Amino acid sequence: MTRGDVTAVGVLAALIALAPLVASGYQLSILISTGLYGIATIGLVLLVGLARQVSLGHAAFFGLGAYVSGLLATRAGISPWLTIPAGALAAMAVAYVVGRPVLRLHGHYLAMATLGLGIVFQVVLNEWVDLTRGPSGFGSIPTATLPLPIAGGETASLYLVWLAALAVLALSLWLVRSSPGRALRAIGDSEVASELLGLHTADWKLRVFTLSGAYAGLAGALYANYVTFLSPQPFGFIFSLELLVMAVVGGLASVWGGMVGAFTLVVLTETLRRSLPEWLPGSSGELELVLFGVALAAMVLLRPTGLVGLAAAGLGRARSLRAAPATAEEPLHAG
Amino acid sequence: MSDLLQYAATGIALGSIYALVALGFVTVFAVTGAINFAQGEFVMLGAMIAAQLVHAGMPLPLAAVLAVAGAALAGAALHELGLRPALGRLSPLGLIMITIGAATAIRGMALIAWGTDPFTVPAFTPGPSLDLAGAAVNRQTVWIVATTAIVLALVWFLFQRTTTGRALRACAADLVAARLVGVDPRRMGLVSLTLSGAVGAIGGVVLAPITFASYDMGLMLGLKGFVGAVIGGLASAPGAVAGGLLLGLLEAFATPISSGYKDALAFVVLIAVMLLRPGGIFRGSFARGRI
Repeated sequence: MTRGDVTAVGVLAALIALAPLVASGYQLSILISTGLYGIATIGLVLLVGLARQVSLGHAAFFGLGAYVSGLLATRAGISPWLTIPAGALAAMAVAYVVGRPVLRLHGHYLAMATLGLGIVFQVVLNEWVDLTRGPSGFGSIPTATLPLPIAGGETASLYLVWLAALAVLALSLWLVRSSPGRALRAIGDSEVASELLGLHTADWKLRVFTLSGAYAGLAGALYANYVTFLSPQPFGFIFSLELLVMAVVGGLASVWGGMVGAFTLVVLTETLRRSLPEWLPGSSGELELVLFGVALAAMVLLRPTGLVGLAAAGLGRARSLRAAPATAEEPLHAG
Repeated sequence: MSDLLQYAATGIALGSIYALVALGFVTVFAVTGAINFAQGEFVMLGAMIAAQLVHAGMPLPLAAVLAVAGAALAGAALHELGLRPALGRLSPLGLIMITIGAATAIRGMALIAWGTDPFTVPAFTPGPSLDLAGAAVNRQTVWIVATTAIVLALVWFLFQRTTTGRALRACAADLVAARLVGVDPRRMGLVSLTLSGAVGAIGGVVLAPITFASYDMGLMLGLKGFVGAVIGGLASAPGAVAGGLLLGLLEAFATPISSGYKDALAFVVLIAVMLLRPGGIFRGSFARGRI
């Protein structure tokens, strides 16, 4: 974590703390969504941007965290303060178990395998009706209440989500500057060279996959706590894709890219959802798909460093995960 | 016995569609090195355009030709806009993201154009099911299998007996050597995507009467086709076709056991094959054919 990062995290924390004083409920809900998706997206930035392993199934870890914490809270009556970490741990454990075989695959194979795992997960949610209540889902998930004298609802959720989001952000910023970060970066540059340098690449890939699974699970558990209703529908391939788009649009070369991407996509989708029916009568969120698709392809082709890369270039300094300038510019380049 | 035959007929029909999608995957991958995640969307485009035109009163054969042409055009556009600027410049990860982006955009445009309601397409030759040794075989099934067989024969002829086909195979075998003998890999990339668009769309047109056509049918069909291609080793056209058929049969026989988990089965197979036999399940020249 550089001094700049510490300052930025501090400023962000202060802004979030003060947000309820000035922001409307709707604006707070946008900040909450940003925090939730940001947590999961930072995990993808570490996995895809740093170690260059792709996952098209992260919605499953998000959904797993959500379902585990939601089910424990409603069925077993356990306090949300315990079910939220339990959700994150469950996703972490599953990521560890499936990661070991799956991460032996590379490139397209890994992409398809993670995509397949995501679909298997959604099928199980739909079919294991006794446990998950199937496609109709379940509601009335008890919410964690903060021991603070504040108005409940959005403000409480905002503080809870961002407490976790800032912790994830700080941990990840520290991580990329420390020895694990260097190891992962080396693996991202060349697995063969890293192995020759004595790095156990399989172990490192599994560690970052497990961590990103845990992040997604934590985000999912917080999501369940926030929306208090779960059904399988949101945790499909489109959501995995959305998380990846957030990471790419924000910038795979920086942990901040996760937050920037999440915020950009949340605001963009919300704006579309609100204003589209005015331009195109009768349409609802349909343009979302086109937007996600075009944004992903165009960003990869034209601006592989994402918005953070764009901003860094504008500031004339490379705020980047990568040391070597050649790769710092183009995290998706052949090489 | 007739039950088994029934499942086999369903499996071969379904497997034929997977085989066509798998063939598209393998052709594009061999020539360009990219896995085209939009492969399934070509099937959707074929089915949806044909359905739309038939509903507008166009005779089926003309609608089918236009649908296939439309999807071929979409394949060509994907190459020109998405892959041509990226090939040789981006990592496999970057290529994956571009084709996923394209697939999502195509699906979104289909949603805007046609909405969420599925279209029905009348059977090519309406009539009661045919009786095959006690098993009732839908007439459309015969159309699917026969069409697939003809398409495969044509593609085989193209690959083996025409100059374009030889150039495609040259690119698949060795890009540098192909360039040295005057083959333009970019042009062949364009040909491979156009071809895979057309082949996928043919699958969509013949499939539409038995499954409904909807904007989101492409995702699952594309994934199943990919599973078929991986079963066949992702390197040979015959392997891909056999893999697709095998997956169709596997799913058909699993359906009576648990229809709900049927979609999960393909991915369990996928992961198992990739981990245990990354070169595909077939041995020898069959899997190593390089399209």
